[in-house]
Amino acid sequence: MIDKKTLDQHGLTEDEYGLIVGMIGREPNLTELGIFSVMWSEHCGYKSSRVHLKKLPTEGKHVVQGPGENAGILDIGDGQVIVFKIESHNHPSFIEPYQGAATGVGGILRDIFTMGARPIAVLDSLRFGPPDDPKNRSVMEGVVSGIAGYGNSIGVPTVGGEVYFNPCYDLNPLVNVFCLGLADKDKIFYAKAEGAGNKVLYVGAKTGRDGIHGATMASAEFGKETEHKRPNVQVGDPFKEKLLLEACLEVMDRGRIVGIQQMGAAGLTCSTTEMAAKGGMGIVVDLDKVPQREAGMTPYEILLSESQERMLIVASPEKVAAVQEVFAKWDLDAPVIGEVVEGGRARISFKGEVVVDIPVDAVVNLCPAYNRPSRAPAVLPNPADLPPLPLPGDYADVFLKLLASPTIADKEWVFRQYDHMVQVNTAFLPGADAALLRIKGSKKALAVSLDGNSLYTRLDPKTGARIAVAEACRNLVCVGARPVGVTNCLNFGNPEKPEVMWQFEQAVDGMAEACRAFGIPVTGGNVSFYNDTEGLSIHPTPVLGIVGILDDIRKAVRPGFKATGDAVVLLGENMEELGGSEYIRIVHNLEAGAPPAMDLEREKRLQEFLLEAMGAGLVRSAHDLAEGGLSVALAECAFHGARKTGCEVDLTDTFRPDALLFGETQSRIVVTCRPANLGRFLKMAAAGGVPAKSIGRTGGRDIAVRQQGRELFRVPVEKAYRAWKDALPNFFKVRT
Amino acid sequence: MKFGVVQFPGSNCDFDTFHVLRNVMKRETALLWHKDHDLQGVDCVVLPGGFSYGDYLRSGAIARFSPLMQEVKAFARAGGHVLGICNGFQILLELGLLPGAMIRNKNLKFLCQHVRIRIENEKTDFTRAGRKGQVLRIPIAHFDGNYYAPARVLKDIERHRQVVFRYCDAEGNITEEANVNGSLGNIAGIRNREGNVLGLMPHPERASEALLGSEDGRTIFASLILSLERRKPARRPVRRERARHD
Amino acid sequence: MKVRILVSFKDSVLDPQGQTVKNALHTLGYAAVKDVRQGKVFELELEGATKKEAETLVPEIARRVLANPIIEKFDWQIIKDR
Repeated sequence: MIDKKTLDQHGLTEDEYGLIVGMIGREPNLTELGIFSVMWSEHCGYKSSRVHLKKLPTEGKHVVQGPGENAGILDIGDGQVIVFKIESHNHPSFIEPYQGAATGVGGILRDIFTMGARPIAVLDSLRFGPPDDPKNRSVMEGVVSGIAGYGNSIGVPTVGGEVYFNPCYDLNPLVNVFCLGLADKDKIFYAKAEGAGNKVLYVGAKTGRDGIHGATMASAEFGKETEHKRPNVQVGDPFKEKLLLEACLEVMDRGRIVGIQQMGAAGLTCSTTEMAAKGGMGIVVDLDKVPQREAGMTPYEILLSESQERMLIVASPEKVAAVQEVFAKWDLDAPVIGEVVEGGRARISFKGEVVVDIPVDAVVNLCPAYNRPSRAPAVLPNPADLPPLPLPGDYADVFLKLLASPTIADKEWVFRQYDHMVQVNTAFLPGADAALLRIKGSKKALAVSLDGNSLYTRLDPKTGARIAVAEACRNLVCVGARPVGVTNCLNFGNPEKPEVMWQFEQAVDGMAEACRAFGIPVTGGNVSFYNDTEGLSIHPTPVLGIVGILDDIRKAVRPGFKATGDAVVLLGENMEELGGSEYIRIVHNLEAGAPPAMDLEREKRLQEFLLEAMGAGLVRSAHDLAEGGLSVALAECAFHGARKTGCEVDLTDTFRPDALLFGETQSRIVVTCRPANLGRFLKMAAAGGVPAKSIGRTGGRDIAVRQQGRELFRVPVEKAYRAWKDALPNFFKVRT
Repeated sequence: MKFGVVQFPGSNCDFDTFHVLRNVMKRETALLWHKDHDLQGVDCVVLPGGFSYGDYLRSGAIARFSPLMQEVKAFARAGGHVLGICNGFQILLELGLLPGAMIRNKNLKFLCQHVRIRIENEKTDFTRAGRKGQVLRIPIAHFDGNYYAPARVLKDIERHRQVVFRYCDAEGNITEEANVNGSLGNIAGIRNREGNVLGLMPHPERASEALLGSEDGRTIFASLILSLERRKPARRPVRRERARHD
Repeated sequence: MKVRILVSFKDSVLDPQGQTVKNALHTLGYAAVKDVRQGKVFELELEGATKKEAETLVPEIARRVLANPIIEKFDWQIIKDR
């Protein structure tokens, strides 16, 4: 009865079908096929990525839980753990930007509180096409208000993130949402169904025909008459999620449950089979007991629905009433829909008939992994690819242009729509190098940074990925935090294209190398393939989310200049590197050359030294050099200062001025220190093997940069600030 | 004195307000559940910010029907002190304990940022620790904070000096630019005529610790403590050990 | 019986969302649009209520809960008699 066409619609190959028949010992029915189809999909089964992801380091002394659960867990001492993860919601956000982004936030929040942690911060990495196109603006407005609409309502602060613009995201925006939670170490819960006879409870929103697996939309089973009833866009309900969050944390806090899992992609199917497989048990479920929003749903639809705000809970029979009591307090029903049984099979009935009877292990753990063919593109960019670039006539003009480039410009237009202060932990407002959150009742603080420059990864995926790790760590170090753990969101094109697979492989290799060098484990993440529209893939975009710990929040360092007369010190070395820079993209209209080099040892020395100098109280401000290079970094230091103090610097490097001002050479940080401390600071740097040079002083109303005494530009801070501040809002001004 | 922070489904600044009153202001504080009828003997009821009932009908429109709010209404009518912050202010308007209504911010966007507000009336139980004309730096975070009242009502409010806070610039000037959400008369906070109920859109609990960037919000809590503890024999504050751990 | 209740801002209250829609329509060239007021629609399914009972019940619900009389007005109609 299962023909080739049905298999195609379910995204399964004939070989895979053969495996399924072998595992269950007969031909599956359509519902069972649907279950395998979603569980063995790229999204749930990591078919194309698994063999490569194994290369990432996942162990470390603080790791409580590595990849494989809803989120990773790290021990931060004092009986507390942090739980964190990043997830993509790219495709839904393009189809319906508001709801796509909103449900993206909802999903990652559930991943965190499912484990017993209270979500304390959200950050997001967003990529859009350039905002001069009204279509891109409207996607961006929808995404931003969707994140705001969900996060603000539920009361989890959106404390930072990044927004990049590039035409490669015109038809495929990226919405990657990171969430950080905090829990007591002895109150962690897992998605495990243990103990035969324990009850399975369904809590949260009713099941409707939301987001039923796209591949099956055209399945012959569905008549035309039911087609119109099936909205493919899931709608988020942050209020329901808030109730769910509080109720779940309460039942966990009171120790009333055995295991818990959220219903995300593949909904009820994924949660029931995964919980049973992880507990080494079987599960029986009666679909008639599942709360349904619409009449006449088939078992296929109920099992594959992706309705939001739902959870599955396992509790011992004697505690069921106590669990239901807590949910009732929060105005939520928690009906029993099934039971944990021996035997390792999922047996699901509907109207008195068994409609699914399959081994859970096959569904959850035996999805085939592919080592897909990969091939380096015929032409790889190298530094020599850059045509001779004419020097700009007016450096001030280029400087202002870069500050106003949407990727570099101020993002307040975005983050002031997010409640970034709720929960009263936000010590640094968005815009600093990293988000900084205090931990109540402790001196410690948590820092988070998201990073990934897809221009670099397009030109050289391996180096780009190494830079992404290094830069996210550098951001943390700039506020005074020590990086402790990594999550990643790997956004790539179609893995069946060998060039895309090559990019993926290279990027994972680069990430693995860098994480090993910094000694930080990867505790989980997400892979998003098939970011292709009309045959074009996006730039490979690995986004790194790195968490750091600061032992004493009073020692946190900000990016802004503190006072007039401080010494401006450049850590690291200037080099003539223009490939992949925002400067050549904006001014010379080129995405070419090789990205800046990344020497991991050098980077590590730099970061170690900075933390040491901060510990010694020698650092007044610190800011890392990124897009736009030294000139933009100096400007940002001025903007972030309370009094918008300017600076005068003189550089001794002899190479071309545009590379000096705007090149994006890595492993560089702008630091200020009191003149009295300068000598000690430089000596300490020398001892740590870190190049450090005093390049000028803070003060005045201008940002002025000289090269060997010759002034390259002098721009009033206020003028630069306006260019940077107004760029994004200007795109969105209501035109009447 | 004893504070009570009300928890509605969808409140999300309940724990923040609780934390500040107990651990920063060091006063006994209770959480009051919306389904209860018991005010637990508190001296001041605080309606915290958030999205009660998801703000699905109108901000604050459903919360006002909860059992506890009937008690709060009676408490306020009997002269009890009630402070509504953000969503709490919206609930007080919906409940009719304060005049006027909220509409969407003029730029139609959610706004989360530090603003400055000027103390217009320092002779209230909510501001007596401050000075007239004093400028406070406190964050706002709302979608519906654009204060509206019919002309006649507005005139009344002004005549009875019910406007307690107005949005202003850093120097304390009441300007159009400082009026971020478009409120009539730059109104950020008002009291009732009797002076025992105050609502304001900015979040004083987010500006009560230097670590988070401002301590100006404490002026409001300190004023309440000053006013209410003067009136009755002081209760013992909670023990420090307990207060330190959240 | 099914009734439809329309809640919208009173004419004296500024309606920023309506204004924005109007501006957008003008930008798109619909010069004939003179004004836009945005509102909310509620559809209530009433059980066992007569038309007469609905005439008391619906305005009460609208006034007490669905609309805020300080800024909003409402209008209602029966859209399905049974």
